[in-house]
Amino acid sequence: MKLHFPEIIKQAEKTVYDAWIAEQLAASTMRPDLISEHELREQSTTFLKAFTDAIKNDFTTDISRPVWKDSRDILEGITRSRARLGFSPTETATFVFSLKSVMFHQLIRKLPTDTVAEEVWTITELLDKLGLFTTEAYQRSREEVIRRQQSDMLELSTPVVELAEGIIALPLIGTLDSNRAQTVMEVLLESIVSSHADIAIIDITGVPTVDTLVAQHLMKTVAAARLMGADCLISGIRPQIAQTIVQLGIDLGHVHTKASLADAFKMALRQRGLGIMKIQRTGLV
Amino acid sequence: MDRIPILKLGPFLLVTIQVDMHDKLAITLQDDLTQKIVEKKARGVMLDISALDMVDSFIARMIAHIATLGRLLDAHTVVVGMQPAVAITLVELGLNLTGVKTALDVDKGIKWLEHAVTLDDQILAEETGRDLDANREE
Repeated sequence: MKLHFPEIIKQAEKTVYDAWIAEQLAASTMRPDLISEHELREQSTTFLKAFTDAIKNDFTTDISRPVWKDSRDILEGITRSRARLGFSPTETATFVFSLKSVMFHQLIRKLPTDTVAEEVWTITELLDKLGLFTTEAYQRSREEVIRRQQSDMLELSTPVVELAEGIIALPLIGTLDSNRAQTVMEVLLESIVSSHADIAIIDITGVPTVDTLVAQHLMKTVAAARLMGADCLISGIRPQIAQTIVQLGIDLGHVHTKASLADAFKMALRQRGLGIMKIQRTGLV
Repeated sequence: MDRIPILKLGPFLLVTIQVDMHDKLAITLQDDLTQKIVEKKARGVMLDISALDMVDSFIARMIAHIATLGRLLDAHTVVVGMQPAVAITLVELGLNLTGVKTALDVDKGIKWLEHAVTLDDQILAEETGRDLDANREE
């Protein structure tokens, strides 16, 4: 059966466009704080142009076909920019879904009642797919952001500092997952080699929770450091974390633990035969 | 046949592993080392594995064996220069080499051996002194 709506929409492109803009401006999902009317018009024009082109040439509702490539690219771009501006997924998808009622009005007005249902169904299917595509694109752009931030965090969050000759410290901040624990271990071992450290202090003051997995990672790191010939102390165990560790039945048996980094540092100094002393200065009150 | 050289360094023996280890080589090394410890009356053994960038459970077991052998023959044994990647692999394999003394490099290994030997001598001297005193009182 030949469908008539591509022609109808092509002929009424201007009317559809105006009605669509009006619909979008009036909709509750319109965000005048995030997007200007001018920009909205521009996005709508480009998308409608690509849409009418796509339905004109050998029509298909399979939007993964090459004929829909332009429309997909445009939608992806619009979604990306909207996701960045702070639109919600619903608000982004409404951009496509608001076309529905506009097009239905056109079809109902121009087509005989016995064929209209068929054509409305086809166009619904099509617009639903495009709407879902924007949601997917939205999610993809968000995931990209998350991935980038994760890798940034991984790089930023493992600084090794030298406290004294032969003593290094690794202050950990943030949740320790398997990925990060692996990086922590590698970074610590590399620094033990490069700074000829005898003692490494891992400070977990900034780690919000310690579960069995984190404890296991810590113990692995301590064991690996020992194999390299360095002693490893763990400091910064907060009262709640101490309670969790005991309740979970984690055995930190062979690991030296200290409450604060200062205590661990003092212990490290003592092990190296060093100490801190107060200097008496005359003339100073 | 390939052999791993065992160098005498004062009262200590230095073994540097620079080739891929296999069963035969490991057994020969253990034989040679025990011989040498007895022959030279060595007080300590240093096993340098800084050139090893790959290990498996077999090599780990060999390291543990050598440490035990040394202890039995009254020589302090220290493993030095383990690469970070090797340490991670061993830990992931669950081989923590408990009871094996480790040091970062040959320098630190020697220092530790000297310290351990001095400590031993002191204890021996104290005990001898006590025994002599006891004899005199009798």
